[in-house]
Amino acid sequence: MSVLLNKNTRVICQGFTGKQGTFHSEQMLAYGTTFVGGVTPTKGGQTHLDKPVFNTVRDAVNEEGAEATVIFVPPRFAAAAIIEAADAGLGLIVCITEGIPVLDMLKVKEKLKDSDAVLIGPNCPGIITPDEAKIGIMPAHIHKPGRVGVISRSGTLTYEAVDQLTRTGLGQSTCIGMGGDPIHGMDFIDALKLFEADEQTEGVVMIGEIGGSDEEYAAEFIKKHISKPVTAFIAGATAPSGKRMGHAGAIISGGKGTAEAKYEALEEAGVAIEHNPTLLGQRMLAMLG
Amino acid sequence: MNIHEYQAKEILKSFAVSVPKGCLALTADVAVKAAQSLGGSLWVVKAQIHAGGRGKVGGVRVCKSLDEVKAAANALLGSVLVTKQTGAAGKEVGKVYIEEGLDIASEFYLSLLVDRESECVSFVMSSAGGMDIEEVAAKQPEKIATFPIRDINTCDTAKMAAFLGLDGDVVTQFDGLVRQLYQMFMNSDAAMLELNPLVLTGAGNLVALDAKFVADDNALYRQEAIVAMRDLSEEDPREIEAAQFGLNYIQLDGNIGCMVNGAGLAMATMDMIHMKGEEPANFLDVGGGVTVPAVTEAFKLLFSDKHVKAVLVNIFGGIVRCDIIAQGLLEAIKTHPMNVPVVMRLVGTNEEAGQKLVKDAGLDVHWADDLDEAASIAVKVIK
Repeated sequence: MSVLLNKNTRVICQGFTGKQGTFHSEQMLAYGTTFVGGVTPTKGGQTHLDKPVFNTVRDAVNEEGAEATVIFVPPRFAAAAIIEAADAGLGLIVCITEGIPVLDMLKVKEKLKDSDAVLIGPNCPGIITPDEAKIGIMPAHIHKPGRVGVISRSGTLTYEAVDQLTRTGLGQSTCIGMGGDPIHGMDFIDALKLFEADEQTEGVVMIGEIGGSDEEYAAEFIKKHISKPVTAFIAGATAPSGKRMGHAGAIISGGKGTAEAKYEALEEAGVAIEHNPTLLGQRMLAMLG
Repeated sequence: MNIHEYQAKEILKSFAVSVPKGCLALTADVAVKAAQSLGGSLWVVKAQIHAGGRGKVGGVRVCKSLDEVKAAANALLGSVLVTKQTGAAGKEVGKVYIEEGLDIASEFYLSLLVDRESECVSFVMSSAGGMDIEEVAAKQPEKIATFPIRDINTCDTAKMAAFLGLDGDVVTQFDGLVRQLYQMFMNSDAAMLELNPLVLTGAGNLVALDAKFVADDNALYRQEAIVAMRDLSEEDPREIEAAQFGLNYIQLDGNIGCMVNGAGLAMATMDMIHMKGEEPANFLDVGGGVTVPAVTEAFKLLFSDKHVKAVLVNIFGGIVRCDIIAQGLLEAIKTHPMNVPVVMRLVGTNEEAGQKLVKDAGLDVHWADDLDEAASIAVKVIK
């Protein structure tokens, strides 16, 4: 088993015929994802990468039974794209787009309250269930099916952890990049719930970063509800206050959101905290044996 | 993006929020004329820099005569203010703002921001205005309250007013103010709007005595008027240069220059350098859609920084191709010789091609297999 995504999930791409959409759709197809087409308004009826193009997500649902989408549309149209996907009834929406105005994301979140859709991102690498399917932009070849779930706020740092899990032979059940924006979809708690319930997942690697309180809330949740071993790294222990470290969400302000506070909360919750991100794989191996 | 106090007040005024009468001055003579035209017998001369904490270091001066206005403007213009928000280098004052002095009865703190927890725009308020709000938060947290605004039409402004201890006619005035500020926040794509203090005058008027406005960078494409307020002289020239190439660069105080793909990995690289006993000279995320010219620029930035004693390249290529990074290095050294040790960890997409390019060029770089090893080498070579 795995969470959210498997080889049968019917995936489409919004922003299909653009440069990014084209490149990554090809990669997803090559990985074996059940990729059934894409959406580019005004290009409906054409084919692209031998797959049908639709004007709307609704058309893709009606004609191809689409269940999940990956969004590459430019920032100014991305919020509307997420809402369109939710309105069309897709269960899983992965938004890769970086740079969506925060007030637009507030509207998206308000809208999603009345929907069953799971949003991953925005500004994220996506989700992958190794050797089954990927929805996103991560380098697929470093992944290997296995025992550990990965949930992360950072893209490349996720690859770092994945690589270690592959080298130690543990592999991954599913890896989820939740993205670096302050207002986002799926969070640590949502993912932890899924991993706790998933039989294939024996342990969880969590990668957080400075800013916000997601990690602190996750710590509270782990203490009460998670029986599987968790190891965590928090990026940005040395970041100065008031400076935004690349991600819009990665900022220490008013003394809040420091790595120190997050480590403390996680350690208190029984999480194996790891200050050296190159040791996450070894740490998990020691816990799972 | 930050703007100056006087600019934030222009926007406030356009949303019908009361602000003190004021004029901008670039010279002491203009400052005196400004004070004359404002009239009255009390003025405040305020340094305009993109940083808070001015009051504590003499950046805000109360003047009782035109001579004092002149002296204050002379002292501030051209001076360097170091506040807790400027960093050690401080900020040079290029402009002062002259305002009428007000008869202040009480001071409040009021700000609007996007609250991550409630996922809505929220007001933060305190009756302890004019003070360092972080200090209030630490010492008297009960004096600060957050009011998430789910719907401005049904929001309970009377409750907010009561929290601030306002009563009588002021409550109605306050209700209007809350709505005006909310409107401004939404229409201007703000990330933060702060009035510290908001004052109640002796005559019973609520006036924004100080104002700080930060725009959401992601929304600048639809905020032309705010983009026009950008003051590049307030920003780090290296950061501006980097931004032109789509690089995410932040100047820091250490000696090891970093080039990394991805914000999280870039922070982790900084953390690792610190763990090994040194400090990073910068944060640099080359981003996902990186090109050879951008990488070239990134290397030039690092090689031209006189604080940089070694460069650590940490690339885990996904979308970023290692050969692009290598080509950027080869381009950069044509004009900026590699006169400090370079440590390279170059793995992921096209790693063989990237490593080969560097090796074939005969460059003397230190190779590392992982981040831990790369940081260890970088720290060792600068000793």
